[in-house]
Amino acid sequence: MMIEINFLALSAATLRMATPIAFAGLGGLMSERVGVMNIALEGMMMMGTLCSAYISYVSGNPWIALIVTALVGAVLGGLHAVLCIRFRGLQIVSGFGINIFTFGFTPFVSAIVWGSRGTSERVVGLPTLTYLGLKETPIIDEILGSQSPLMILLIFAVILIHIALYKTSFGLRIRAIGANPKAALSSGIHIRKYQYTCVILSGIFASLGGAFLVLSVANHYSTGMTAGRGFIGLVAMILGKWKPMNVFGASILLGFGDALQISLQGSGIPVQMIQTIPYLLTIFVLIGIVGKIVAPTGYKPHAED
Amino acid sequence: MREIRQLVKVNSLLRRLFVIVPQALAVVTALIATAFVLYLMGRNPWEIYYIMLFGSFGDIYSLGATLTQATPIIFTGLGFMVAFRSGLFNVGLEGQLYLGAFAAAYVGFTLTFLPPVLHIITAIFAGALVGGLWALIAIIPKIKTGAHEVITGLMLTYVAILLTSYLVNYPFKASGWAPYSPFIAESAQLPRILPPTQLSFGWILAIIFAGFVHVLLNRTTIGYEIRVVGINKEAAVSAGININRTMILAFTLSGCMSGMGGAIEVLGVHRRFIDLFSPGYGWDGIAVGLLGNLNPIGAIFAALLLGALRAGGSSVQMITGLPLDIVTMVQGIIILFIAAPMLYRSFIKKIGENRYDD
Repeated sequence: MMIEINFLALSAATLRMATPIAFAGLGGLMSERVGVMNIALEGMMMMGTLCSAYISYVSGNPWIALIVTALVGAVLGGLHAVLCIRFRGLQIVSGFGINIFTFGFTPFVSAIVWGSRGTSERVVGLPTLTYLGLKETPIIDEILGSQSPLMILLIFAVILIHIALYKTSFGLRIRAIGANPKAALSSGIHIRKYQYTCVILSGIFASLGGAFLVLSVANHYSTGMTAGRGFIGLVAMILGKWKPMNVFGASILLGFGDALQISLQGSGIPVQMIQTIPYLLTIFVLIGIVGKIVAPTGYKPHAED
Repeated sequence: MREIRQLVKVNSLLRRLFVIVPQALAVVTALIATAFVLYLMGRNPWEIYYIMLFGSFGDIYSLGATLTQATPIIFTGLGFMVAFRSGLFNVGLEGQLYLGAFAAAYVGFTLTFLPPVLHIITAIFAGALVGGLWALIAIIPKIKTGAHEVITGLMLTYVAILLTSYLVNYPFKASGWAPYSPFIAESAQLPRILPPTQLSFGWILAIIFAGFVHVLLNRTTIGYEIRVVGINKEAAVSAGININRTMILAFTLSGCMSGMGGAIEVLGVHRRFIDLFSPGYGWDGIAVGLLGNLNPIGAIFAALLLGALRAGGSSVQMITGLPLDIVTMVQGIIILFIAAPMLYRSFIKKIGENRYDD
């Protein structure tokens, strides 16, 4: 059996599939940096897919869809933050509450709006970079030309978060909260304000990852299309040791599994076997490469009480 | 003196009763929230809830459907509970359920020489074994490198669902177009106890196992160790308990429970392995465990409630066309409300005790 792989296409696909994982990874990073574990990334991403598809379907404008999706993500992030911080809920339980709710909510709405709980009709997607004016430079265009403007947004976000975390007093405080919430509190930092901000940002990033899948990859919504990428994003965060640049790099590694999976489809290998590639890669990365895992925080958002 | 003793007795009974207050409030709030969503959609929530109630307890068929739906989620709920009591989250229940179901089906259609009862026992055992082993793969990295069991469990769930899907689409596909395994031998079928409904002897096994887990957690050394590790690891160390061993044991047992649930679903209801047969029994286990207040007897009632929601939800789907996913939504909202015990803290501050305090 001969499997032909076009390396340029594979690199482009890797970059493309790394984007949603990186969005989720950044979301996880923001949240865990202030001590809130966000296992709800998957649900937020799923909500992002539904919301962006619906708004783009109704309005015909993917940019408006993007903005509304970010708002919905912020609401879900806010919900998680309120449950975990204000009401001192168990973070994993709250996260799974949101996940399970969206497992039900997304096909429910899809069935009502499009008459099928599986997929939506075709919606208007975002233009690719070629359309946005990337010049006809052969190799670069082949890799970058098919990318989404969301990827540019992602790269900006990575750089911005890096600068914010390491060069500003805002980031210094966030790192202080992550390292030792009690010390941060006693030095007069308003912990809750930072925690809410970061968890809400986390929801926005995760939902943008979902919007990316709809508006830049599939151009339609389908139930379960996130396929665990929110969870894989958490692994990217762990592999990247909770640092934005490294998380982006880790996402590219994990995105490669996804890209390989997509490019191997139709090669004669049973599709179920191919689809396990990203998950197996994630497991191996998690237990093989990472080594001893040390989180920046004890996962206790209310240690100040 | 006697009066005081009586008063104390009543008081402790009340305390026990108040333990379920957050759970009950969570269910009621979730139903109200869902009713509101239905109202916004222009549906009549009362009518839908009426259909749901009739579809879950209205007649013998509905009752059978409710109990049938409750059976696998008692097992997954028990599984969630055993792991949670040791401080671990087993969220890979769905994957363990799938593999357990497949293992039972495999024993069911291959080892046909076994006599009836022994065949059933072997198949259930195979399901428990495979479910437990799959859980073991998720927990070992936690001990070795600190990889969170939630993430390995979830990844392994995706792998398990795809793996069983492969098995039933290629090597073990029965003739015909649909991805089904061959039927299991008659000797491996759990008898139906409420014909014509699909309710099988598995329901009784589920109750027996809930009792078994209750005894295990509350009356045995292993159960005691599991609870101590869950409550306070330092205390466990100074009590001479091997934490890693206890966590591995609890997590593996949890996987066994879930695998057994899948096995019983195959032997009692479908009588063959069907690709993607579970509507989310593994996820239901999380809700059952939490709603049952981490108590095996509570799990039975919680599973009955969720089973009733599923059975009733099917009626609603048939009659009004509203998709069954509404049940999953309700569950999600229930979990969200349970996640935040502080919401109800002001209600039950004095009288109720709360398990999620850490």
